[in-house]
Amino acid sequence: MNLAAIKAIYLFEMARFFRTFRQSIIAPVISTSLYFVVFGAAIGSRIDTVDGIGYGAFIVPGLIMLSVMTQSTSNAAFGIYFPKFTGSIYEILSAPVNFFEVTVGYVGAAATKSLVIGFIILATSFFFVDVTILHPVSMIAFLLLTCLSFSLLGFIIGIWAGNFEQLNLIPMLIITPLVFLGGSFYSTSMLPPFWQAVTMFNPVHYLISGFRWSFFEQADVPVAISLGAISVFTLICLTTIWWIFRTGWRIRS
Amino acid sequence: MSAIVQVKNLTKTYASGFTAFDGVNLDIEEGEIIALLGPNGAGKTTLISTICGITQPSSGQVTVGGFDVVKNYRDARRLIGLVPQELSLEAFETVRNSVLFSRGLFGKSRNVEFVEETLRKLGLGDKMDSRINQLSGGMKRRVLIAKALAHEPRVLFLDEPTAGVDVELRKDMWNVVEDLRKDGVTIILTTHYIEEAEAIADRIGVINKGRILLVQDKHELIAQMGRKELRIDLADPIAAVPDALANYCLKLVEGGQSVTYSYDTRAERTGITALLRDMQSAGLQMRDLQTRQSSLEEIFVDIVKETT
Repeated sequence: MNLAAIKAIYLFEMARFFRTFRQSIIAPVISTSLYFVVFGAAIGSRIDTVDGIGYGAFIVPGLIMLSVMTQSTSNAAFGIYFPKFTGSIYEILSAPVNFFEVTVGYVGAAATKSLVIGFIILATSFFFVDVTILHPVSMIAFLLLTCLSFSLLGFIIGIWAGNFEQLNLIPMLIITPLVFLGGSFYSTSMLPPFWQAVTMFNPVHYLISGFRWSFFEQADVPVAISLGAISVFTLICLTTIWWIFRTGWRIRS
Repeated sequence: MSAIVQVKNLTKTYASGFTAFDGVNLDIEEGEIIALLGPNGAGKTTLISTICGITQPSSGQVTVGGFDVVKNYRDARRLIGLVPQELSLEAFETVRNSVLFSRGLFGKSRNVEFVEETLRKLGLGDKMDSRINQLSGGMKRRVLIAKALAHEPRVLFLDEPTAGVDVELRKDMWNVVEDLRKDGVTIILTTHYIEEAEAIADRIGVINKGRILLVQDKHELIAQMGRKELRIDLADPIAAVPDALANYCLKLVEGGQSVTYSYDTRAERTGITALLRDMQSAGLQMRDLQTRQSSLEEIFVDIVKETT
């Protein structure tokens, strides 16, 4: 195992994060605050409770998930796409590293960045609503798994993308809608039966449900199923990355 | 000397059916500088990329320091440093961190002193904390070399190291290469500047259309394949070459003040003695004689022409 290489990639990627630290932190804080103002104060004041939870507090897990999923995906995608774009990927390809080490370095850094942002959003929410976390260990575990799995997905997108437009295509057209329609701002029990059934095909729904359970012990689907779904998703991403490095798809001619 | 890089029957054919090179065999001795000379699109960069692991070979084998670059890629790649043709660098990182990253990537422990010493040797001592995008093209090229040397490789591949740089910087770069050789680094460089190969290489390989046409000691190559030119200055200018000398294919130069005669050094008879005798018989008075070796460039053009 080339641990020095993992460390080098991880630190190099984190350096990029710290170079734009203010921008990385301020953007999610502002957007979260806006969500709280619009959904929590303006609309939320007209909604009594959802599953017995105040609406402002109810949307906190969904908001965190929304940011964490999009940030993980875009951070990891950009992390591996940028060397491809500049041509400096040659160093990775000619270094004594295997797919696992490269993935751990890039995905680890992307997951760390989004984890930090997730905690910052959580901290921001305390300024607007009273949030209780009934299962903090489970909350952290779900957050961590989500950061990892979506960073893996972002890594795949970064390798696949041939230009900056493609880099933003999947996060914008697929992930954001899935997160919005996965129960970030509502409980699926509020939907008509048909749309409840449709939501069951949305993988993000399981993650948000499990994450929300960690806060309020309220979930649309059993926690074990949520955990199983995220594990399967992670496994699929890992297998895809292994295949990419084995065949050299899109990275090695 | 022993071969530190061995290329055996290496072939690269892309999915499109295009063959970049075919059945390449090449032994590179430890400590030498070899220049792979060829026109654009000859397959030089693809060959280097395949040896370094960036491109997958279709068939054949490459070993570096005895390690197969596919089966024992970790051991093989630790011995290799690569300086790509393009200035492929992370624009916003500092020079020092960029080189430290390269060192770590190759499994070496963080050694700031070594990295700084390498940067100083390459004339980047005062640029360590500069961001890459603040550097000139020549400085960026040096950073690429520093990155390639960061893990202390035994073999350094330089892909068109002086492409697009001015003459002064090119000569500067040759000095860098000479210093690396003194440190015991084996250097393989690709170039289409014949002057570059002539100036710094020990051996020259000519590659065209994916085939290595020859690999030979530079001086032997010039001596064996070179044509020489005899220039004869005349006491009195002539308007045309006399008919008696037509067989020698003489060329009139300097307004008939001199004639030149081209001959092959490898030929059994160069024809010089007969020419001088016949010139005397034709009544031409000679004032001076001089010979000139044909340059590597002329040899290269001849070889490439033969294969086109």
